[in-house]
Amino acid sequence: MKFARIIWANLFRKKVRLLLTLGSFAVALFLFIFLAVVRDAFNRGADVAGADRLVVINRTSIINTIPLSYRDKITRIRGVKSITHNNWFGGTYIEEKNFFPQFVIDPENQRQVFPELIVPDDQWNAFVKDRQGAIAGAQLAKRFRWKIGDRIPIKTTFFGGGSWEFNLVGIYHGKRPQDDETQFWLQWDYFEERVPQENKGQIGWYVLRVDNPDDSPGIAKAIDDEFENSPYETKTQTESAFAASWVKQFGNIQALIVSIGTVVFFTLLLVTGNTMAISVRERTSELAVFKAIGFSDLSVLLLVLAEALAIALIGGALGMLLAILAVPGLAKVLNGLLPSIVLSPSMLVFGIVVAVFTGILSGLLPGLGAMRLRIVNALRRV
Amino acid sequence: MVKVDGSAGQPGLIEVRDLDKTYRRGGEEIHVLQGLNLDVSAGEFVAFMGPSGSGKTTLLNLLGGLDVPTRGSITVAGDEITHMSSGKLTEWRARHVGFVFQMYNLIPVLTAFQNVELPLLLTKLSKAERRAHVETALSVVGLTDRMNHFPRQLSGGQEQRVTIARSIVSDPTFLLCDEPTGDLDRKSADEVMALLEELVGHHHKTVLMVTHDPLIAARAQTTLHLEKGVLVEASKLPHGVTAGGVA
Amino acid sequence: MAANVFYWFLITLFGAIVLFLGLAILIGLLAPLLGSVPVSYNLRSIRARWTSTIVAILGIAGTVGVFVAMLSLARGFKATLVASGSPGNALVMRAGSSSEMMGGITLDSIKVLQDAPGIARDAAGTPILTQDVVGVIPVPLITTGTDANVQVRGVSPNVLEVRKFVKIVQGRMFRAGLNELVVGKNASKTYQGLTVGNKIDFAGGHWEVVGVFDAGGSAFDSEVWCDSQIFNQVLKRPANIFQSATVHLASPATFQQFKDAVISDPRLNVDVYREIDYYAKQSTTMTKLITVLGGLVAAIMAIGAIFGALNTMYSAVAERGREIATLRALGFSSRNVILSFLFEALLISFLGGIIGCLAVLPLNGLTTSTMNFQTFSNVAFAFKITFDLLVMGVLFALVMGVLGGLLPAIRAAFQPVSVALREL
Repeated sequence: MKFARIIWANLFRKKVRLLLTLGSFAVALFLFIFLAVVRDAFNRGADVAGADRLVVINRTSIINTIPLSYRDKITRIRGVKSITHNNWFGGTYIEEKNFFPQFVIDPENQRQVFPELIVPDDQWNAFVKDRQGAIAGAQLAKRFRWKIGDRIPIKTTFFGGGSWEFNLVGIYHGKRPQDDETQFWLQWDYFEERVPQENKGQIGWYVLRVDNPDDSPGIAKAIDDEFENSPYETKTQTESAFAASWVKQFGNIQALIVSIGTVVFFTLLLVTGNTMAISVRERTSELAVFKAIGFSDLSVLLLVLAEALAIALIGGALGMLLAILAVPGLAKVLNGLLPSIVLSPSMLVFGIVVAVFTGILSGLLPGLGAMRLRIVNALRRV
Repeated sequence: MVKVDGSAGQPGLIEVRDLDKTYRRGGEEIHVLQGLNLDVSAGEFVAFMGPSGSGKTTLLNLLGGLDVPTRGSITVAGDEITHMSSGKLTEWRARHVGFVFQMYNLIPVLTAFQNVELPLLLTKLSKAERRAHVETALSVVGLTDRMNHFPRQLSGGQEQRVTIARSIVSDPTFLLCDEPTGDLDRKSADEVMALLEELVGHHHKTVLMVTHDPLIAARAQTTLHLEKGVLVEASKLPHGVTAGGVA
Repeated sequence: MAANVFYWFLITLFGAIVLFLGLAILIGLLAPLLGSVPVSYNLRSIRARWTSTIVAILGIAGTVGVFVAMLSLARGFKATLVASGSPGNALVMRAGSSSEMMGGITLDSIKVLQDAPGIARDAAGTPILTQDVVGVIPVPLITTGTDANVQVRGVSPNVLEVRKFVKIVQGRMFRAGLNELVVGKNASKTYQGLTVGNKIDFAGGHWEVVGVFDAGGSAFDSEVWCDSQIFNQVLKRPANIFQSATVHLASPATFQQFKDAVISDPRLNVDVYREIDYYAKQSTTMTKLITVLGGLVAAIMAIGAIFGALNTMYSAVAERGREIATLRALGFSSRNVILSFLFEALLISFLGGIIGCLAVLPLNGLTTSTMNFQTFSNVAFAFKITFDLLVMGVLFALVMGVLGGLLPAIRAAFQPVSVALREL
């Protein structure tokens, strides 16, 4: 690229301006990535939902329970492959601000229904053998620096109150980067044993797997019909619908993020476009000389575009690099508030596309002006 | 041979017939050139003089394909350039014309070497070949030792000499100079003129130069005056009048 | 020890910077009085280079707009969640409960409570309190049609005497013993079917909406209220167990007296909070989330805006290099040049700030809702743009103007004139 040297040399014409424009791009791209990560974190539930899983909750209120005795009836419905149940434990670990989700699980069927949450076999066996055994997600364990063998005390006012203690015998990992690794699992048997009589035999919700996802609507209806008019009416939906409605309750977070992103984009475009325009204006006589020597109008346009693109890519790359470095810190600050903060490659690709697009747009108008420059007018500017 | 009456028998290097150039300014029409004729053979050194506003630069721009005439024809080395499309004209310029302007010639962010190399970037020469041509051009103008300096590190005279090197590096058909010494002190002006003379005398280049300074014009072989839109040979001027006023 | 010194150094540095900026802004704004370069020069320059000026103004306007919008969102959120309740009320729950939903308090305990000192009493001598049952009920959102969890609160029929900041603004209060609902004004705007006269079903019961209440922008505006005894029935919960009791204190000062008496009573096993303290606690998670996220976005945008402003101003001064040199050659001192450019930069950024504030003003009062993790319920809150936020926005713009205009102006003013005059 023999023209690369000219483009490069032109960038350094005014170093302060170059630094500032690069800075603008870096900050804007950093913000883009930040917003993308946050948006993704809010949408997390919807992404991880299994295609072939259904969730059954109490129709009246999500915090009401359903009887364990319903399980047999549900299992008998055609198309149901496996079923497990969960309770929300909702206790406090030392202080309230240490919040993390605690679930009572059904060890017999947990792994069939949630195959993507992986526990090494030896740890799982230890878990099943110990009634007070507990398993924590890898990210949760990291947050509190738990190790296998630690004793974890949790206080609760439900279920008869008091302090419950668990032995951490296992740590689970999610198969995919976006899987939730912040959960704490305890055993149904121990739970059922300790809760007062009036709470026995009650579970929070069922999660079941179906043979064929296409059958989901039919199966859901069958389940809800079965328990209609009973004291505990059910509401069954696919896991993704359930997660989506949860996410939708965050309402306009998405709109907020998109509008911020848009404002940033246009402001950036404005500022860099103006900078390019000024830089081109400064150089009209030079550009005229180029044309006089014999450079085509098109080549002058490309020269300006190439400069704009170079600045956009370098500044953008810098911003994204900073974002990559900052994400772990962000995750730490938001720990417990949002599920895992993840920077996926697709976000970076998106960032590059935005940088390229902005670079070209900002250089376009000044470039066209340079292209249409009339040599005789420009050279007359003494 | 240089003629201004359109009467040359065989075609010279440059042949201009019936050239008209009219501008509109504020509703008025200004006829800068009216029926201008010119014939220049290869190897000539011609100076154009005339009062300011007489159209010298306009003529130069037209000859260099930087502008198109309202009427008339310009033929250079057999190519009729007045009806060329702007794309073709750009290519033609690259191959046939070397420009030396009064100022703003050099790109400040490029070294002398890189500035001289510019026209060659439009060709298909390899990097090594380009280097060879640039070094030759710079040695002709005597600035090989300043190859890697930036324009701001050169004196006015040196800048113009680098410009001249650039204007000859692709071996164009002819050079067009618009007030090449206008911005320079006496000594630098002398350097530049000596160089131009050498290019014509030694290297057989064709140089057309616009100037308002009679001393500078005197160093060319032929001086033509631009009067009332046409060219007039110096000897044909009314006695005692010199172009541009006081000598 | 070293940490202390460093800390004080930072504070002093920060203070010095703030002082400097403030002074610069002040001087810049007064420039027409202090300097001799006429304002008309600035105004004509702006007009001659109006495209660049518009760009600078819009750039600053955009940043200020987002800045004010984000802060007003955080403000609105805090106002709703954190500032709910009244200092004249005390909330009583079972000891060790982290929230109402975890609580359980029997009718007998409430009878004991009623005799405690410090409670306000009505004309007949009856203590003023409400016994609450809270549930989370799925109701479709107006915006998306999907279910969101509404907080439904069963209350005593005399609840309006306890929570005096709540007023019925449409329809009427529900009557005791009936399946009637009154809905908060935000709940009415957020969920389907919560309008006066409408009948809806939930929790296995048929209800009629009979009124809308205004709870002064607090979290209660997102709730639906009904008779707690009826709610218990419908939810098939034990009849005489509630989740919390809120008493109206004789005066905010009697809180301690009330609390001491209740805590030390051996028949009761409860915690006592001021109502506002309880609600503040319920929102710590969300407040932290919004503050952290919002703060980060605002900080990043501010940095970006300063870069942008600097860029624009630098370029502006660079383009006018020859003009500046001419001014100086004519005899205007460097000081005057700096003042003139500072004024221009501040003028532009001031305009940008005003436009930015005006642009986001329509957002004021716009409600949005989100889910409070801690209570599982949806809470609607509104953008709250106050005058002081607008002032902050404009000040922010001025700071950007000063930062963007000062350095380039100084550079221009001290460049040798001859160099500048020859500048290409």
